[in-house]
Order: sequence, then structure tokens, then C-alpha cells
Amino acid sequence: MKILVCIKQVPGTTQVNVDPETGVLIRDGVESKMNPYDLFALETAFRLREKMGGTITTISMGPPQTTEVLEESFYMGADAGCLLTDRKFGGADVLATSYTLAQGAKKLGGFDLILCGKQTTDGDTAQVGPEMAEYLKIPHVTNVCKIDSIDDGGMTIEMNMENSLEIQMVPFPCLITVDKDIFTPRLPSYKRKISLADDVKVQMLTLKDMYDTNEKHYGLSGSATAVERIFPPESNTEKEMHEGTTREMTQVLYDILSEQKYI
Amino acid sequence: MDYKKFDEQDLNFFLENFDRKRVFYGKEIREDYSHDEMGTIAHYPDILIQVVSTEEVSKVMKYAYDHHLPTVVRGSGTGLVGACVPVFGGIMIETTLMNHILELDTDNLTVTVEPGVLLMELSKYVEDNDLFYPPDPGEKSATIAGNISTNAGGMRAVKYGVTRDYVRGLTVVMPDGQVLELGGKIVKNSSGYGLKDLVIGSEGTLCVITKAILKLVPLPQKTISLLVPFDSFSEAAAVVPKIIKAKHIPTAMEFMERGTILFAEEFLGKKFPDTNSAAYILLTFDGNSKEQVEAEYDSVAHLCLNEGAKDVFIVDTDERKDSVWSARGAFLEAIKASTPEMDECDVVVPRNRVADYIDFSHDLEKKMGIRIPSFGHAGDGNLHLYICRDKMDDVTWKRTLKEAFDQLYGKAFEFDGCVSGEHGIGYAKRNYLEEDYGDYTMNLMVGIKKAFDPNNILNPQKVCEC
Repeated sequence: MKILVCIKQVPGTTQVNVDPETGVLIRDGVESKMNPYDLFALETAFRLREKMGGTITTISMGPPQTTEVLEESFYMGADAGCLLTDRKFGGADVLATSYTLAQGAKKLGGFDLILCGKQTTDGDTAQVGPEMAEYLKIPHVTNVCKIDSIDDGGMTIEMNMENSLEIQMVPFPCLITVDKDIFTPRLPSYKRKISLADDVKVQMLTLKDMYDTNEKHYGLSGSATAVERIFPPESNTEKEMHEGTTREMTQVLYDILSEQKYI
Repeated sequence: MDYKKFDEQDLNFFLENFDRKRVFYGKEIREDYSHDEMGTIAHYPDILIQVVSTEEVSKVMKYAYDHHLPTVVRGSGTGLVGACVPVFGGIMIETTLMNHILELDTDNLTVTVEPGVLLMELSKYVEDNDLFYPPDPGEKSATIAGNISTNAGGMRAVKYGVTRDYVRGLTVVMPDGQVLELGGKIVKNSSGYGLKDLVIGSEGTLCVITKAILKLVPLPQKTISLLVPFDSFSEAAAVVPKIIKAKHIPTAMEFMERGTILFAEEFLGKKFPDTNSAAYILLTFDGNSKEQVEAEYDSVAHLCLNEGAKDVFIVDTDERKDSVWSARGAFLEAIKASTPEMDECDVVVPRNRVADYIDFSHDLEKKMGIRIPSFGHAGDGNLHLYICRDKMDDVTWKRTLKEAFDQLYGKAFEFDGCVSGEHGIGYAKRNYLEEDYGDYTMNLMVGIKKAFDPNNILNPQKVCEC
């Protein structure tokens, strides 16, 4: 089985400042890390490889330093990694990013399954996975919280619909975005880090390597939207107070916990 | 011990002189106040006063002194050896409303706090100000005065030391109501006997702490942990003295066994990142840059691999730290949830005897047919072992517990260890302290207790008996 996992490098902390004049995230001097949601996608890939055999390739788009997160995926167990990097890819919105990643996936070719995290911690749109699937003309399922069964033809998965669970069968090739906590992600291995040091290299693909080399389809010029303003959300200190007898309060608490799916 | 019985006249004094909302007596006193977290001994106080100032504490103590009433101080009640249990009833002074951070002195790098400030509040406050209070006991809802009273240690002791190393000054109320300032913001002090240091670790037997000046250090900017798996506990523990010998000082060196990790998984409903190995060492390194920390852990990681580690896992982001440390933080509660009753042994042994000691506890488990899950601070030799009651009947449990304790403490003494590394002696461990120290040393302690509290009204029958 050939699996592709999409990963993104995001700021290492939630304490990211926004430039008040340009409205852009200040990334200088801020450490970066792999998008935490992508760790779940990567772990899902490892579990499926253990069961089905095959290979795992990771893919990312970004400036050259993004190789760090791809290398980290090697230390966790990925077999290969590819970085889509070109100045022409810069300033991409969700649409252009999805298109570029889809082009990269096409170029690498032959994947049975593409896995994404459900969203990123910096963009939070949760749209790149589905849009990529549309460009690749393959079925996709989002918010997958469990894989019930898998064979060579496809998978039966559970999709978290907030207030309900939907069980679906999806044939390969397909793309799924996985929910947080589908599996506990493994930790990067120092042993793999030192043993792979010189052997595995990140493959770099630029615009000229793509099947579609029309630069108008990429980066800022390929974007359908522009960011007008970024601002930190107001913190919410709202509290809910309920009063009543123990019996009533038990019911209220039960309802809240059920609604939030803690129980 | 012959104390005056708490009567209506005493009750009236407190009702008249204190805010009624902060005075509780009889059935008004919640069950919680009759025991600590371990709950091996229970007794209610006659009256509970939630104090809000040094003056109030002084007023309570003066009354207790004049009327010969036993008095116990309590913080959050997270202790494990019964130190805050009022075994003679009487007065309980509760400090959790004295929970204000009074001053952050960035010239002297100190923070001044009231006794009821919780450890988690303190660390958050100082870290928000880019400063660091290094002592890191697992129980974050403990009060700072509770930590001072047991000289709490925690995970970072291997590099940064224990609570005593961070207490610069104390305001205390003596058993007769007199208020004293011990130490201060000063860094050095050769002025007579170190009374402040006697109070630290005295478990509420000498005086009541009402204010503390704590030393702070600059906040390390980067922290990375390594989770190192081994095939056996012996191999894991054997690597610790080698790391120390190679002159590496991690911030923390914890050991954990698969069984305990599985309890934590079940307790938290959350999977640990790796449970394929029998034993793990968790190492933490801190410093001011990623490069500095990586350079430091690099040689330790190599050393571990050369010494038989199966791998070295890197715990470098908030999510990864949470997945590992949340399990570590839940060990005590998780073991507690796995059995109807348990008691703990908080011994400390020289670091190079940790492996032998845990091997001994495993042999003891087999020999006695009982469970003794453990975890602890491999880097400072402080081990936490929990004797689980499981399905034993009352008589068997009491007999087994005593036998297991006798064996475990006996072995610790044989290894030149001590009864308690960080949880204290309280009520539960006095016999073993006496066994370890002998009459001469115990008499010295009794002498100190008498000098502070001649009428023996403050937390009687704890630590040493007068």
C-alpha cells in the first residue's frame, strides 16, 4: 500500500504575535514545529503500514527550512519525503495550496491513500485536504475518528459529525483527514535520526518539475482569496451557571457531557 | 497527652472574634478535613478556622497557648503521611484563603507569597514574568507552605535542588502567638543558628508559616525531554549513575515501569506514546536555546544507546511533553485507583543503589505475593513504592503492610538511605524514623520541638514524640 501524508510546518507556540500594521503573523524568531494535527495523520499511516505493508511518503509545501518537519517524519518512521518549494508557490491561499499539493501528489504518483490532519493550528481552515481530493478527482472523507476495517480495495471508517458518527465505506484511491486522538502519535526516534543521517534525503520539487508549469495557477497569482486582516481571537471567559437540586444538576451535567461527547 | 477539652467557652471565643463565615464547628466541618490525601489516619478537629492574616493566626495561637488546646495547620490537605490530621481534635488553622502573591522583586529575584498560594499558581505567575521557581513536586494543588513544611522535592531536584534551597525568608507565628521574621531577602546568612531551615521540613510542628520569601531564577527558554526505553528495569536504572558520572546534569531523571504506565493510561483514558518496553527513563534538559539543549542531550542519548537503551525518543513539543508528562503526573492517582487501599514508602537511597533497591522490591512482591508498583526520581534516589491492598482482608492487610514496610525500610537503611525523600514523616512514619535515627538524634529533635513549642500544642504526635 502506498500512502502519502501531508504535513505542514507551523509556529511552535500558540503565543504568536500579529504585526499590527500588516496583519501578518510574525514568524521571525519563532520556533516552528510539525502541525500537531498532522501527527495523528502520520500515526494513522504507521498503523496502516503495520497492517497492510507498503510505504509512507510525506509531502509539504514551504520555504527550504520546511525540510525540518519532513526529516522529523523520517525519525518517526516515514520512508520518503518531498518538499514543494519555489518562490512562485509563495503567498498561496487555501485553493492555490491545495492545487500545488495535488500537483505534487500527481507528480510523485500512484498513491492508494492520502492522509491529512483535520486542520492546521495556524490557518485552521480544514479545507486543504478536501480541495486537494477534488483536484485529484478522488473521494474524500473528513474528521475520520476510527478505521473499522481495511483491505486492498478500501476502508470502512467512522466520521465524526459533531452530533453523530457516520460510518462510511470508501474505495482506494482516496483522501481522508483524521480527527485528533485517532491514535496517540509516536515520538521521533533519536536512533533513526542518527542512523538515517546520510541516507534519506528530502526530495525537492519546484514549479518546473510539475506537470502544470503555468505559474498563474500557483502562489499568490493562483489564489482566489486574499487575507485582509489577521487578529487574535478574543479570549472567552463566559461561564455557564446552573442551579437546582442534585438530581436536576446531575441531568444537566449529563446532558452537557453527552452533547460535548465526553460520555 | 493531656489537653484541655474544647468547650463552649472556647467556641464562643472563636465565634465572637472571627468572621462567622470562616469558622466551622461540629457537623459544619466537612469530612475532607478529617484526613489527608492518603487517608491512613482520620480525626476531626473540634473547630476549623480559615484564617486570612498573620494577626489572625497569632490570635488563634495565643488563645490555644493560653488554654492548652492542640492546634494543627492545614493547607490543601494533599499530604501523604497524616501530618495535617488533628489526632487530638482541637483547633485546625486552614490557610487556603491566604493565597495572595504579595510581591515580585525583580531586583532581588524573589517572590513574596502568603502560605496558601498553590504551587500551580506560583509557577504560572513567575513564569508569566519570565522567571522560574524550580521545585516541581508532582502535586500542583499543594500550597506553598505545605511544600515548605515537608521540604518538598519534585522532579527537578537533580539539577535545581529542593524547596529548602529556594526559601529565603519566612514569617512565622510561634505557638504562643509571637510573630517572628526568619531570614529575609538576603542571599547569605551566617548569623547564628539557621532557624528558618529548621522550620522548613518541620511539618507544622514548630510554628505556623504565614509568609514566605522565595528565591527565583531566570526561566530557561527551552526544555526538551528524552524518553528512553529499556528491556528491564535493572538496565534502565543502571544507566542513571553513569549519566551522572559522565558529568551530565539533566533537570529531571524519572523512572517508570510499563505496569505503572498502563495504570495511568487507563486512569486518564489516554494512550502513552510507547508501551513496548518494560522500563523507561525520562530525562529532561533545559537551557536557553534549542542548540544548547540539543548539544547537551546528544551525548546523553549516545551514552544511553551504548548502555543498552532500545531507542531514545525525543519529546520536544508541547503536545509531546503533554502526552508523556501527563501520564507521569497521574501515576499516584492511577495506582490509587487500581486498588481499594494502599500505603506508600517514599524512601531515598544513594543514586547508585536505585537499581538494587527496585530489584529488591520486585523480589519482595514475588515472595509476599503482593503488588508494589513504583515510580520515582531516579536522578536523586527518591523512590515512591505503593503497597496495594487489592483483595486482602483487614487482618491480612495490616499484617502484610507492616511486614512489607519493615522489609522496605530495612533495606533502605542497609543502603544508607532515609525514611522519606520528600513526603515527610507526619504521623505514619514515626516508628521508622526512630528506627533509623536512634535515641540520640531523636532526643535532639525533641529538644528542638520543646524549644519552639514547650507546651507541645502545635501538631502534637507528629515527626517526633515529646
